[in-house]
Amino acid sequence: MTASSAGFRTPLSRARGLGSARHGVGHFIADRVTGLALIPLSIWAAYAGLKVAAGGYVVAVEWLARPLNAVLLGLFVVAGFVHLRLAIQVVIEDYIEGFVAKSAALIANYFVCVLGAALGVFAILKVALLGAF
Amino acid sequence: MTEASSGVRERPLSPHLQVWRWHVTMLGSILHRACLIGLYVGALILAGWALALASGEDVYAAYVGLLGSALGKLVLLGLTFALFFTVASNLRHLMWDTGRGFAPKTADMITIAGIAFALVATAVVWVIAGQTGALS
Repeated sequence: MTASSAGFRTPLSRARGLGSARHGVGHFIADRVTGLALIPLSIWAAYAGLKVAAGGYVVAVEWLARPLNAVLLGLFVVAGFVHLRLAIQVVIEDYIEGFVAKSAALIANYFVCVLGAALGVFAILKVALLGAF
Repeated sequence: MTEASSGVRERPLSPHLQVWRWHVTMLGSILHRACLIGLYVGALILAGWALALASGEDVYAAYVGLLGSALGKLVLLGLTFALFFTVASNLRHLMWDTGRGFAPKTADMITIAGIAFALVATAVVWVIAGQTGALS
């Protein structure tokens, strides 16, 4: 658009393309709240990782069969993927130029995180509910 | 999406990395982002671990064998640091969200504390892992 045609636009029309889409705060709050939830969950996950890594398959299955472990690991996976989806979205928005490439990357990021969380939670439930067989 | 608003005045650009003198909050910011990218892979490794466990003993043994290889251990060591540094960063940002801790000295100090915490916590976890036989 040239400068002359821009002169015909009202201040309101110009501001509409510039201002908040009213989505930014939602992203920010989701980022901070999942980040907060992940503080204790991450510390627990490191502790859990040490426990599980010290044993083999049977130890891991028995560990995951305990309700508290299954629930906390499920929450860690879900909160983690939500947090990472938001984080990587910002990285993509910062560094990938061009509408098509940026959109494709954002959608791929979304799909990978939803798929990862779904696979993780389903696998956790399967082991927690059915155990080893 | 600035493409949607053509005819708008150009936005100012901030000077990039090579223009700035390096300081610790900048390192903290870049490290935070790098750690999150690493943890993206880490989250997929975790989901893969759960899948392997759900797939039976043979698959699990193969997956854990992969994680226990030299390269796997190196990746897990990096992920341990990334996890702890992200915990520290999330705490730091929660503090900054309240409007506190922006004085340059305080900001530097809590960033250094975050890096130190991540290094110490990583070392502690891996020493314990060595003692419990998780590394063998």
